[in-house]
Amino acid sequence: MAGNREFFNRRLHSLLGVIPIGVFLTQHLVVNHFVTGGPDSFEKAAAFMGNLPFRIVLETVIIYLPMLFHAIYGLYIVFTAKSNVKNFGFFRNWLYVIQRITGVITLIFIAWHVWQTRVADALGTADVSYEMMHNILSSPVMFVFYLVGILSAIFHFANGLWSFLVSWGITVSPRSQVISTYVTIGIFVILSIVGIQTLIAFVS
Amino acid sequence: MSEKKTVKFIIARQDTPDSAPYEETFEIPYRPNMNVISALMEIRKNPVTDKGQDTTPITWEMNCLEEVCGACSMVINGKPRQSCSALVDQLEQPIRLEPMRTFPVVRDLQVDRSRMFDSLKKVKAWIPIDGTYDLGPGPRMPEKKRQWAYELSKCMTCGVCLEACPNVNSKTNFMGPAIFNQVRLFNAHPTGEMNKAERLNAFMDDGGMQGCGNSQNCVQSCPKGIPITTSIAAVNRDATMQAFRNFFGSDHD
Repeated sequence: MAGNREFFNRRLHSLLGVIPIGVFLTQHLVVNHFVTGGPDSFEKAAAFMGNLPFRIVLETVIIYLPMLFHAIYGLYIVFTAKSNVKNFGFFRNWLYVIQRITGVITLIFIAWHVWQTRVADALGTADVSYEMMHNILSSPVMFVFYLVGILSAIFHFANGLWSFLVSWGITVSPRSQVISTYVTIGIFVILSIVGIQTLIAFVS
Repeated sequence: MSEKKTVKFIIARQDTPDSAPYEETFEIPYRPNMNVISALMEIRKNPVTDKGQDTTPITWEMNCLEEVCGACSMVINGKPRQSCSALVDQLEQPIRLEPMRTFPVVRDLQVDRSRMFDSLKKVKAWIPIDGTYDLGPGPRMPEKKRQWAYELSKCMTCGVCLEACPNVNSKTNFMGPAIFNQVRLFNAHPTGEMNKAERLNAFMDDGGMQGCGNSQNCVQSCPKGIPITTSIAAVNRDATMQAFRNFFGSDHD
Protein backbone atom coordinates (compact mmCIF):
# COMPACT_ATOMS: atom_id res chain seq x y z
CA MET A 1 0.00 0.00 0.00
CA ALA A 2 1.51 3.26 -1.10
CA GLY A 3 -1.13 5.35 0.65
CA ASN A 4 -3.77 7.37 -1.10
CA ARG A 5 -2.91 10.96 -0.24
CA GLU A 6 -2.72 11.79 -3.94
CA PHE A 7 -6.25 10.51 -4.48
CA PHE A 8 -7.52 12.61 -1.59
CA ASN A 9 -5.68 15.75 -2.73
CA ARG A 10 -6.84 15.42 -6.31
CA ARG A 11 -10.48 14.88 -5.35
CA LEU A 12 -10.31 17.73 -2.82
CA HIS A 13 -8.84 19.98 -5.52
CA SER A 14 -11.71 19.08 -7.84
CA LEU A 15 -14.35 19.61 -5.17
CA LEU A 16 -12.98 22.92 -3.88
CA GLY A 17 -12.98 24.33 -7.41
CA VAL A 18 -16.77 24.02 -7.46
CA ILE A 19 -17.65 24.31 -3.77
CA PRO A 20 -16.89 26.88 -2.46
CA ILE A 21 -14.74 28.62 -5.12
CA GLY A 22 -17.14 28.27 -8.05
CA VAL A 23 -20.08 29.26 -5.88
CA PHE A 24 -18.15 32.26 -4.56
CA LEU A 25 -17.13 33.32 -8.10
CA THR A 26 -20.78 33.29 -9.19
CA GLN A 27 -21.88 35.19 -6.10
CA HIS A 28 -19.07 37.75 -6.56
CA LEU A 29 -19.98 38.35 -10.20
CA VAL A 30 -23.68 38.65 -9.37
CA VAL A 31 -23.20 41.04 -6.44
CA ASN A 32 -20.83 43.25 -8.46
CA HIS A 33 -23.45 43.33 -11.22
CA PHE A 34 -25.39 45.72 -8.95
CA VAL A 35 -23.16 48.41 -10.42
CA THR A 36 -25.28 48.34 -13.58
CA GLY A 37 -27.97 49.99 -11.41
CA GLY A 38 -25.65 52.89 -10.61
CA PRO A 39 -22.85 53.57 -8.08
CA ASP A 40 -25.26 53.79 -5.12
CA SER A 41 -26.74 50.42 -5.91
CA PHE A 42 -23.21 48.92 -5.95
CA GLU A 43 -22.18 50.63 -2.70
CA LYS A 44 -25.28 49.27 -0.96
CA ALA A 45 -24.61 45.69 -2.13
CA ALA A 46 -20.88 45.95 -1.33
CA ALA A 47 -21.66 47.35 2.12
CA PHE A 48 -24.01 44.43 2.80
CA MET A 49 -21.33 41.88 1.82
CA GLY A 50 -18.60 43.81 3.64
CA ASN A 51 -20.63 44.01 6.83
CA LEU A 52 -21.59 40.35 7.04
CA PRO A 53 -21.01 39.01 10.54
CA PHE A 54 -17.88 36.88 11.10
CA ARG A 55 -16.55 38.34 7.85
CA ILE A 56 -12.92 37.33 8.36
CA VAL A 57 -13.97 33.76 9.26
CA LEU A 58 -16.22 33.54 6.21
CA GLU A 59 -13.47 34.90 3.98
CA THR A 60 -10.86 32.53 5.37
CA VAL A 61 -12.96 29.38 5.23
CA ILE A 62 -14.84 30.06 2.00
CA ILE A 63 -12.28 32.02 0.01
CA TYR A 64 -8.66 32.14 1.20
CA LEU A 65 -7.92 28.57 2.28
CA PRO A 66 -9.79 26.77 -0.56
CA MET A 67 -8.25 29.10 -3.14
CA LEU A 68 -4.75 28.69 -1.76
CA PHE A 69 -5.03 24.91 -1.87
CA HIS A 70 -6.65 24.92 -5.31
CA ALA A 71 -4.00 27.30 -6.67
CA ILE A 72 -0.95 25.52 -5.27
CA TYR A 73 -2.10 22.01 -6.10
CA GLY A 74 -3.36 23.31 -9.45
CA LEU A 75 0.10 24.59 -10.33
CA TYR A 76 1.49 21.16 -9.54
CA ILE A 77 -1.09 19.61 -11.90
CA VAL A 78 -0.14 22.11 -14.62
CA PHE A 79 3.54 21.16 -14.31
CA THR A 80 2.81 17.45 -14.58
CA ALA A 81 1.00 17.88 -17.90
CA LYS A 82 2.78 17.45 -21.20
CA SER A 83 0.58 19.16 -23.76
CA ASN A 84 0.26 17.46 -27.13
CA VAL A 85 -2.41 19.39 -29.02
CA LYS A 86 -0.11 19.55 -32.04
CA ASN A 87 -0.55 15.85 -32.73
CA PHE A 88 -3.91 15.40 -31.01
CA GLY A 89 -6.01 18.43 -31.91
CA PHE A 90 -9.26 17.12 -30.46
CA PHE A 91 -11.86 19.47 -28.94
CA ARG A 92 -11.45 18.09 -25.41
CA ASN A 93 -7.67 18.12 -25.66
CA TRP A 94 -7.80 21.83 -26.53
CA LEU A 95 -10.08 22.49 -23.58
CA TYR A 96 -7.64 20.49 -21.44
CA VAL A 97 -4.80 22.83 -22.43
CA ILE A 98 -6.91 25.99 -22.15
CA GLN A 99 -8.06 24.83 -18.70
CA ARG A 100 -4.43 24.83 -17.56
CA ILE A 101 -3.57 28.14 -19.24
CA THR A 102 -6.66 29.92 -17.84
CA GLY A 103 -5.85 28.44 -14.43
CA VAL A 104 -2.47 30.14 -14.40
CA ILE A 105 -3.87 33.42 -15.79
CA THR A 106 -6.63 33.33 -13.16
CA LEU A 107 -4.08 32.75 -10.40
CA ILE A 108 -2.05 35.79 -11.51
CA PHE A 109 -5.20 37.89 -11.91
CA ILE A 110 -6.66 36.94 -8.54
CA ALA A 111 -3.36 37.57 -6.74
CA TRP A 112 -3.25 41.05 -8.25
CA HIS A 113 -6.95 41.69 -7.72
CA VAL A 114 -6.86 40.67 -4.03
CA TRP A 115 -3.73 42.76 -3.44
CA GLN A 116 -5.24 45.80 -5.15
CA THR A 117 -8.60 45.67 -3.39
CA ARG A 118 -8.90 43.52 -0.25
CA VAL A 119 -5.30 43.79 0.97
CA ALA A 120 -5.17 47.52 0.23
CA ASP A 121 -8.38 47.90 2.21
CA ALA A 122 -7.01 45.87 5.13
CA LEU A 123 -3.81 47.93 5.17
CA GLY A 124 -5.91 51.05 5.13
CA THR A 125 -4.28 52.43 1.98
CA ALA A 126 -7.53 52.39 0.06
CA ASP A 127 -11.27 51.86 0.50
CA VAL A 128 -13.12 49.31 -1.57
CA SER A 129 -15.74 51.40 -3.32
CA TYR A 130 -17.24 52.28 -6.67
CA GLU A 131 -14.69 55.09 -6.86
CA MET A 132 -11.80 52.64 -6.46
CA MET A 133 -12.98 50.26 -9.19
CA HIS A 134 -13.87 53.17 -11.45
CA ASN A 135 -10.33 54.52 -11.13
CA ILE A 136 -8.70 51.14 -11.66
CA LEU A 137 -10.78 50.27 -14.72
CA SER A 138 -10.42 53.70 -16.29
CA SER A 139 -6.92 52.66 -17.31
CA PRO A 140 -7.27 50.76 -20.61
CA VAL A 141 -4.45 48.40 -19.61
CA MET A 142 -6.18 47.46 -16.37
CA PHE A 143 -9.53 47.17 -18.15
CA VAL A 144 -8.07 44.60 -20.55
CA PHE A 145 -6.28 42.85 -17.66
CA TYR A 146 -9.54 42.57 -15.73
CA LEU A 147 -11.44 41.47 -18.85
CA VAL A 148 -8.93 38.68 -19.57
CA GLY A 149 -8.75 37.73 -15.88
CA ILE A 150 -12.52 37.52 -15.45
CA LEU A 151 -13.06 35.57 -18.68
CA SER A 152 -10.25 33.17 -17.71
CA ALA A 153 -11.76 32.62 -14.29
CA ILE A 154 -15.21 31.98 -15.76
CA PHE A 155 -13.87 29.59 -18.40
CA HIS A 156 -11.81 27.78 -15.79
CA PHE A 157 -14.89 27.42 -13.59
CA ALA A 158 -17.26 26.31 -16.37
CA ASN A 159 -14.87 23.76 -17.88
CA GLY A 160 -13.73 22.73 -14.42
CA LEU A 161 -17.34 22.00 -13.53
CA TRP A 162 -17.48 19.66 -16.52
CA SER A 163 -14.34 17.81 -15.35
CA PHE A 164 -15.62 17.77 -11.78
CA LEU A 165 -18.69 15.87 -12.98
CA VAL A 166 -16.44 13.31 -14.72
CA SER A 167 -13.85 13.06 -11.94
CA TRP A 168 -16.47 12.29 -9.32
CA GLY A 169 -18.26 9.87 -11.62
CA ILE A 170 -21.47 11.89 -11.89
CA THR A 171 -21.51 12.06 -15.71
CA VAL A 172 -20.42 8.62 -16.91
CA SER A 173 -22.06 7.98 -20.30
CA PRO A 174 -20.87 9.82 -23.42
CA ARG A 175 -24.32 11.37 -23.81
CA SER A 176 -24.31 12.77 -20.28
CA GLN A 177 -20.87 14.24 -20.95
CA VAL A 178 -22.11 15.88 -24.14
CA ILE A 179 -25.11 17.36 -22.32
CA SER A 180 -22.87 18.67 -19.53
CA THR A 181 -20.61 20.19 -22.20
CA TYR A 182 -23.57 22.23 -23.47
CA VAL A 183 -24.66 23.15 -19.95
CA THR A 184 -21.17 24.34 -19.01
CA ILE A 185 -20.88 26.32 -22.27
CA GLY A 186 -24.17 27.98 -21.25
CA ILE A 187 -22.73 28.78 -17.81
CA PHE A 188 -19.63 30.26 -19.43
CA VAL A 189 -21.69 32.49 -21.76
CA ILE A 190 -24.11 33.69 -19.07
CA LEU A 191 -21.45 34.47 -16.45
CA SER A 192 -19.30 36.16 -19.13
CA ILE A 193 -22.19 38.48 -20.00
CA VAL A 194 -22.66 39.28 -16.31
CA GLY A 195 -18.94 39.97 -15.89
CA ILE A 196 -18.54 42.11 -19.01
CA GLN A 197 -21.65 44.18 -18.23
CA THR A 198 -20.22 44.83 -14.76
CA LEU A 199 -16.84 45.92 -16.14
CA ILE A 200 -18.49 48.28 -18.64
CA ALA A 201 -20.78 49.71 -15.96
CA PHE A 202 -17.76 50.59 -13.78
CA VAL A 203 -16.26 52.82 -16.45
CA SER A 204 -19.39 54.37 -17.97
CA MET B 1 4.50 0.82 -66.91
CA SER B 2 6.23 4.17 -66.88
CA GLU B 3 8.63 5.22 -64.14
CA LYS B 4 8.99 3.01 -61.09
CA LYS B 5 6.94 4.20 -58.11
CA THR B 6 8.65 4.35 -54.72
CA VAL B 7 7.68 4.88 -51.11
CA LYS B 8 9.72 7.17 -48.89
CA PHE B 9 10.17 6.56 -45.17
CA ILE B 10 11.81 8.78 -42.56
CA ILE B 11 12.55 6.52 -39.62
CA ALA B 12 13.76 7.42 -36.12
CA ARG B 13 16.72 5.25 -35.18
CA GLN B 14 18.24 4.70 -31.76
CA ASP B 15 21.05 2.22 -31.22
CA THR B 16 20.80 1.65 -27.48
CA PRO B 17 18.29 2.62 -24.77
CA ASP B 18 20.57 5.49 -23.67
CA SER B 19 21.99 6.76 -26.95
CA ALA B 20 20.66 9.78 -28.83
CA PRO B 21 18.06 9.18 -31.53
CA TYR B 22 18.73 10.11 -35.16
CA GLU B 23 16.83 9.88 -38.42
CA GLU B 24 17.40 7.87 -41.55
CA THR B 25 15.55 8.09 -44.84
CA PHE B 26 14.72 5.07 -46.95
CA GLU B 27 13.18 4.79 -50.40
CA ILE B 28 11.78 1.44 -51.43
CA PRO B 29 9.87 0.23 -54.48
CA TYR B 30 6.11 0.52 -54.23
CA ARG B 31 3.95 -2.59 -54.25
CA PRO B 32 0.15 -2.59 -54.11
CA ASN B 33 -1.47 -3.10 -50.67
CA MET B 34 1.71 -2.51 -48.68
CA ASN B 35 1.47 -1.90 -44.97
CA VAL B 36 4.16 -0.33 -42.80
CA ILE B 37 5.37 -3.75 -41.64
CA SER B 38 5.82 -5.09 -45.17
CA ALA B 39 7.78 -1.92 -45.95
CA LEU B 40 9.99 -2.44 -42.87
CA MET B 41 10.56 -6.03 -44.00
CA GLU B 42 11.53 -4.76 -47.44
CA ILE B 43 14.07 -2.38 -45.86
CA ARG B 44 15.38 -5.21 -43.68
CA LYS B 45 16.20 -7.27 -46.80
CA ASN B 46 18.60 -4.59 -47.92
CA PRO B 47 19.22 -1.93 -45.29
CA VAL B 48 20.54 0.92 -47.43
CA THR B 49 19.44 4.54 -46.94
CA ASP B 50 18.21 6.73 -49.80
CA LYS B 51 21.74 8.15 -50.05
CA GLY B 52 23.07 4.66 -50.74
CA GLN B 53 24.74 4.21 -47.35
CA ASP B 54 24.72 0.80 -45.72
CA THR B 55 23.06 0.76 -42.31
CA THR B 56 21.76 -1.70 -39.75
CA PRO B 57 18.33 -3.29 -40.21
CA ILE B 58 15.56 -1.55 -38.30
CA THR B 59 14.37 -3.12 -35.08
CA TRP B 60 10.65 -3.27 -34.36
CA GLU B 61 8.23 -5.63 -32.69
CA MET B 62 5.41 -7.52 -34.34
CA ASN B 63 3.39 -10.59 -33.72
CA CYS B 64 -0.17 -11.19 -34.89
CA LEU B 65 -0.21 -8.91 -37.96
CA GLU B 66 -3.98 -8.44 -37.62
CA GLU B 67 -4.28 -5.71 -34.97
CA VAL B 68 -5.12 -7.90 -31.99
CA CYS B 69 -1.79 -8.27 -30.17
CA GLY B 70 -0.67 -4.64 -29.87
CA ALA B 71 3.04 -5.42 -30.23
CA CYS B 72 3.70 -3.42 -33.41
CA SER B 73 2.46 -0.06 -32.08
CA MET B 74 4.54 2.93 -33.14
CA VAL B 75 4.07 6.58 -33.98
CA ILE B 76 3.22 6.83 -37.67
CA ASN B 77 3.03 10.36 -39.09
CA GLY B 78 2.62 11.73 -35.58
CA LYS B 79 -0.14 9.34 -34.51
CA PRO B 80 0.39 6.24 -32.37
CA ARG B 81 -1.15 3.16 -33.99
CA GLN B 82 -0.41 -0.39 -35.07
CA SER B 83 1.96 -0.63 -38.01
CA CYS B 84 0.28 -3.83 -39.28
CA SER B 85 -2.98 -2.02 -40.01
CA ALA B 86 -1.28 1.14 -41.29
CA LEU B 87 -1.68 0.87 -45.06
CA VAL B 88 0.87 2.72 -47.16
CA ASP B 89 -1.81 3.76 -49.67
CA GLN B 90 -3.65 5.66 -46.94
CA LEU B 91 -0.61 7.47 -45.54
CA GLU B 92 0.84 10.79 -46.54
CA GLN B 93 4.42 10.56 -47.80
CA PRO B 94 7.12 10.72 -46.66
CA ILE B 95 5.94 8.33 -43.97
CA ARG B 96 7.51 9.17 -40.63
CA LEU B 97 8.03 6.34 -38.15
CA GLU B 98 8.98 6.94 -34.54
CA PRO B 99 8.88 4.80 -31.39
CA MET B 100 6.23 5.54 -28.74
CA ARG B 101 8.58 7.58 -26.56
CA THR B 102 6.22 7.52 -23.59
CA PHE B 103 7.81 4.10 -23.03
CA PRO B 104 11.53 3.39 -22.67
CA VAL B 105 12.98 2.85 -26.15
CA VAL B 106 14.84 -0.46 -26.45
CA ARG B 107 16.12 0.08 -29.95
CA ASP B 108 14.83 1.94 -33.03
CA LEU B 109 11.04 1.43 -33.04
CA GLN B 110 10.98 -1.15 -30.27
CA VAL B 111 9.77 0.02 -26.87
CA ASP B 112 9.41 -1.63 -23.48
CA ARG B 113 5.75 -1.67 -22.43
CA SER B 114 6.42 -3.36 -19.07
CA ARG B 115 4.97 -0.46 -17.10
CA MET B 116 1.49 -1.35 -18.34
CA PHE B 117 1.82 -4.97 -17.26
CA ASP B 118 3.26 -3.89 -13.91
CA SER B 119 0.23 -1.63 -13.44
CA LEU B 120 -2.15 -4.48 -14.27
CA LYS B 121 -0.44 -6.58 -11.59
CA LYS B 122 -0.74 -3.77 -9.06
CA VAL B 123 -4.49 -3.35 -9.61
CA LYS B 124 -5.05 -7.13 -9.65
CA ALA B 125 -6.49 -7.14 -13.16
CA TRP B 126 -7.39 -10.83 -13.11
CA ILE B 127 -10.08 -13.14 -11.76
CA PRO B 128 -8.78 -15.11 -8.77
CA ILE B 129 -10.11 -18.65 -9.09
CA ASP B 130 -7.25 -20.72 -7.73
CA GLY B 131 -7.72 -22.39 -4.35
CA THR B 132 -6.71 -25.45 -2.43
CA TYR B 133 -10.01 -27.15 -3.26
CA ASP B 134 -12.52 -27.04 -6.10
CA LEU B 135 -14.50 -23.82 -5.74
CA GLY B 136 -17.22 -25.04 -8.07
CA PRO B 137 -18.73 -23.04 -10.90
CA GLY B 138 -18.90 -19.28 -10.44
CA PRO B 139 -22.03 -17.17 -10.91
CA ARG B 140 -23.43 -16.93 -14.45
CA MET B 141 -22.95 -13.78 -16.46
CA PRO B 142 -26.00 -12.53 -18.38
CA GLU B 143 -25.45 -12.76 -22.14
CA LYS B 144 -26.16 -9.08 -22.64
CA LYS B 145 -23.54 -8.14 -20.09
CA ARG B 146 -21.07 -10.57 -21.65
CA GLN B 147 -21.46 -8.87 -25.01
CA TRP B 148 -20.89 -5.48 -23.40
CA ALA B 149 -17.87 -6.73 -21.45
CA TYR B 150 -16.45 -8.24 -24.63
CA GLU B 151 -15.98 -4.73 -26.02
CA LEU B 152 -13.94 -3.75 -22.94
CA SER B 153 -11.94 -6.98 -23.18
CA LYS B 154 -10.66 -6.00 -26.64
CA CYS B 155 -7.85 -4.03 -24.97
CA MET B 156 -4.54 -5.46 -26.17
CA THR B 157 -2.32 -3.34 -23.90
CA CYS B 158 -0.83 -1.79 -27.04
CA GLY B 159 0.05 1.47 -25.28
CA VAL B 160 -1.51 3.82 -27.84
CA CYS B 161 -3.73 5.49 -25.22
CA LEU B 162 -0.74 6.07 -22.93
CA GLU B 163 1.18 7.61 -25.81
CA ALA B 164 -1.77 9.91 -26.62
CA CYS B 165 -2.33 10.91 -22.99
CA PRO B 166 -0.82 14.25 -21.89
CA ASN B 167 -0.63 12.98 -18.32
CA VAL B 168 1.43 9.85 -18.89
CA ASN B 169 4.99 11.17 -18.76
CA SER B 170 8.13 11.21 -16.71
CA LYS B 171 6.75 13.88 -14.36
CA THR B 172 3.98 11.69 -12.94
CA ASN B 173 3.47 8.05 -12.14
CA PHE B 174 -0.11 7.99 -13.46
CA MET B 175 -0.87 4.46 -14.69
CA GLY B 176 -2.66 5.62 -17.81
CA PRO B 177 -6.07 5.23 -19.45
CA ALA B 178 -5.93 1.51 -20.29
CA ILE B 179 -5.83 0.53 -16.63
CA PHE B 180 -9.21 2.15 -15.88
CA ASN B 181 -10.77 -0.02 -18.53
CA GLN B 182 -9.23 -3.21 -17.16
CA VAL B 183 -10.30 -2.42 -13.60
CA ARG B 184 -13.84 -1.84 -14.87
CA LEU B 185 -13.78 -5.05 -16.92
CA PHE B 186 -12.69 -7.27 -14.03
CA ASN B 187 -14.96 -5.51 -11.54
CA ALA B 188 -17.89 -6.17 -13.88
CA HIS B 189 -17.22 -9.90 -14.04
CA PRO B 190 -19.52 -11.82 -11.65
CA THR B 191 -16.57 -13.60 -10.03
CA GLY B 192 -14.17 -10.67 -10.36
CA GLU B 193 -16.72 -8.48 -8.61
CA MET B 194 -15.97 -10.37 -5.38
CA ASN B 195 -12.60 -8.55 -5.26
CA LYS B 196 -13.91 -5.20 -6.45
CA ALA B 197 -12.90 -3.27 -3.33
CA GLU B 198 -9.38 -4.73 -3.41
CA ARG B 199 -8.90 -3.65 -7.04
CA LEU B 200 -10.30 -0.16 -6.43
CA ASN B 201 -8.16 0.39 -3.34
CA ALA B 202 -5.03 -0.67 -5.21
CA PHE B 203 -5.92 1.68 -8.08
CA MET B 204 -6.62 4.56 -5.67
CA ASP B 205 -3.13 4.25 -4.21
CA ASP B 206 -0.55 6.92 -5.09
CA GLY B 207 0.51 6.67 -8.71
CA GLY B 208 -2.69 4.95 -9.73
CA MET B 209 -5.74 6.65 -11.14
CA GLN B 210 -5.38 10.26 -9.96
CA GLY B 211 -3.41 11.65 -12.88
CA CYS B 212 -6.32 11.73 -15.36
CA GLY B 213 -6.95 15.28 -16.59
CA ASN B 214 -9.89 14.48 -18.89
CA SER B 215 -8.25 15.42 -22.18
CA GLN B 216 -10.04 12.38 -23.63
CA ASN B 217 -7.32 11.73 -26.21
CA CYS B 218 -7.39 8.05 -25.20
CA VAL B 219 -10.89 7.33 -26.45
CA GLN B 220 -10.14 9.16 -29.71
CA SER B 221 -6.93 7.20 -30.26
CA CYS B 222 -7.91 3.67 -29.17
CA PRO B 223 -7.53 1.37 -32.20
CA LYS B 224 -10.15 -1.01 -30.80
CA GLY B 225 -12.77 1.68 -30.23
CA ILE B 226 -12.99 0.90 -26.51
CA PRO B 227 -15.12 3.47 -24.60
CA ILE B 228 -12.15 4.34 -22.36
CA THR B 229 -13.51 7.65 -21.09
CA THR B 230 -16.76 5.95 -20.09
CA SER B 231 -14.66 3.41 -18.19
CA ILE B 232 -12.70 6.24 -16.56
CA ALA B 233 -15.84 7.99 -15.35
CA ALA B 234 -17.38 4.67 -14.23
CA VAL B 235 -14.28 3.77 -12.21
CA ASN B 236 -14.20 7.33 -10.84
CA ARG B 237 -17.77 6.78 -9.60
CA ASP B 238 -16.85 3.44 -8.01
CA ALA B 239 -13.76 5.03 -6.43
CA THR B 240 -15.92 7.82 -4.99
CA MET B 241 -18.19 5.27 -3.33
CA GLN B 242 -15.21 3.19 -2.20
CA ALA B 243 -13.58 6.27 -0.64
CA PHE B 244 -16.77 7.00 1.31
CA ARG B 245 -16.99 3.37 2.44
CA ASN B 246 -13.33 3.44 3.50
CA PHE B 247 -13.77 6.64 5.46
CA PHE B 248 -17.15 6.19 7.08
CA GLY B 249 -17.02 2.40 7.30
CA SER B 250 -19.54 -0.01 5.89
CA ASP B 251 -21.15 -3.18 7.19
CA HIS B 252 -20.70 -4.86 3.82
CA ASP B 253 -17.64 -5.13 1.51
